[in-house]
Amino acid sequence: MGLLSKKDAALITDPLADNNPITIQVLGICSALAITAELKASIVMAVSVLFVLGLGNVVISLMRNIIPSKIRIIVQLIVVATLVIIVDLVLKAFAYELSKTLSVFVGLIITNCIIMGRFEAFALGNGPWKSFLDGVGNSVGYGVILIIVGFFRELLGAGTLLGYPVLGNPIPGELSGLYAYGYENNGFMLLSPMALIVVGIIIWIQRSRNTALIEEN
Amino acid sequence: MSKRTDSNSYTMTFAVIMVLVVGSMLAFLASSLKPNIDENKRIEKQQNILYALGVNENDATSAKFVSTDVAGTAFSKYITKQIEVQGGNEIENIDAYLIDVKKEQTSAKQGKQRRLPLFVGKNKDGVTLYVAPIRGKGLWDAIWGYVAMDANMIVQGAYFDHKGETPGLGANIKQRYFMDDFIGEHLMSDAGVFKGIRVAKGNNDPKNEEKTDYEVDAIAGATITGDGVSAMIKSDLKLYVPYFKSLKK
Repeated sequence: MGLLSKKDAALITDPLADNNPITIQVLGICSALAITAELKASIVMAVSVLFVLGLGNVVISLMRNIIPSKIRIIVQLIVVATLVIIVDLVLKAFAYELSKTLSVFVGLIITNCIIMGRFEAFALGNGPWKSFLDGVGNSVGYGVILIIVGFFRELLGAGTLLGYPVLGNPIPGELSGLYAYGYENNGFMLLSPMALIVVGIIIWIQRSRNTALIEEN
Repeated sequence: MSKRTDSNSYTMTFAVIMVLVVGSMLAFLASSLKPNIDENKRIEKQQNILYALGVNENDATSAKFVSTDVAGTAFSKYITKQIEVQGGNEIENIDAYLIDVKKEQTSAKQGKQRRLPLFVGKNKDGVTLYVAPIRGKGLWDAIWGYVAMDANMIVQGAYFDHKGETPGLGANIKQRYFMDDFIGEHLMSDAGVFKGIRVAKGNNDPKNEEKTDYEVDAIAGATITGDGVSAMIKSDLKLYVPYFKSLKK
């Protein structure tokens, strides 16, 4: 039944929880800290990584038998960079508005360790279909964490979600909503260290719910 | 035991072929898409200038340009004259909006004459405004913008953009609430001294009711980008002061 065998399905579902790239494999932390100050950026990044990792994993997997092992990292880097540049150029020519939103992320995607990590750990040793599933699973797992962190940082740091004020108006003299009761935004949430703390809290909750994940000393 | 793919000659051949294939593919793609990309950039410039002039489709909170298909006609309708400023004099140039501010800044550094484009236009209320481009450095990369002023150098509209500032922090210079703060701010004192506008932290005027303090409220967490905005306003708009003084004579 279904499109996917049990093993294949696990490739998608595992990274969502017990093998999450950010909280368990500790891949992709840099971008999780850099761009989660607002929810919209988190979503854009999650979708971009989904695209690049899904496609990149397939390309690397197809090339896995001809890539010389001595220069495999450089070959992987070229594949990611080429994919990202092609997407960037095509968007610039045909969807200029969208490309401006994404331009900040281009560099971040190429250097995202989650992409190189999955190429190296999975696509080099598995077939294209499995690699595609692995790419999708890992980027969704990555995206989920990004969106959770982005949600809390934007809500608590700026009092908005996707740019819409949800907690009222914080301008002195026009206070409304929660701000009328003396609530204030925590500007510290907007700075990168708080992203690390939020990720830390997620890791804590995840490991206390599933103690099998705790590493032994 | 060694695999075929481990040998040096294979590795070298692979690397050379890969570079050739990828390089020519990207070069082909880039050159075949260049006309489209350039056209998009040209329209964007027109949209930016119109935005500063107040010709835009803003809703209550977000900034929206006039749509790309009407940008050209709106540009020729609202921009009455494009000029290059030289001291107090002006030279008319119908393609002044295509002047590359970055290149002009570089040539000014090399001691050459910097061409200063200025766009004279009428906003929707028929008031004559002057739109000047500015360009500077943010935290990560270039930032730029267009400032619309009246003849007294009072800001009537501003548009800022950036290449790669941090989303949620420095990137917010292109948000409505930040750009709108500049409207009404004075750039020059009554005595005719150019002051600029500082993006100030710890501002005592968060609602920005005082328009002659030469300050707007900074964005939290975006100090360096904000300083970059202050700096580019100061250095680039200052060059237009002789022209604005000549207007009053």
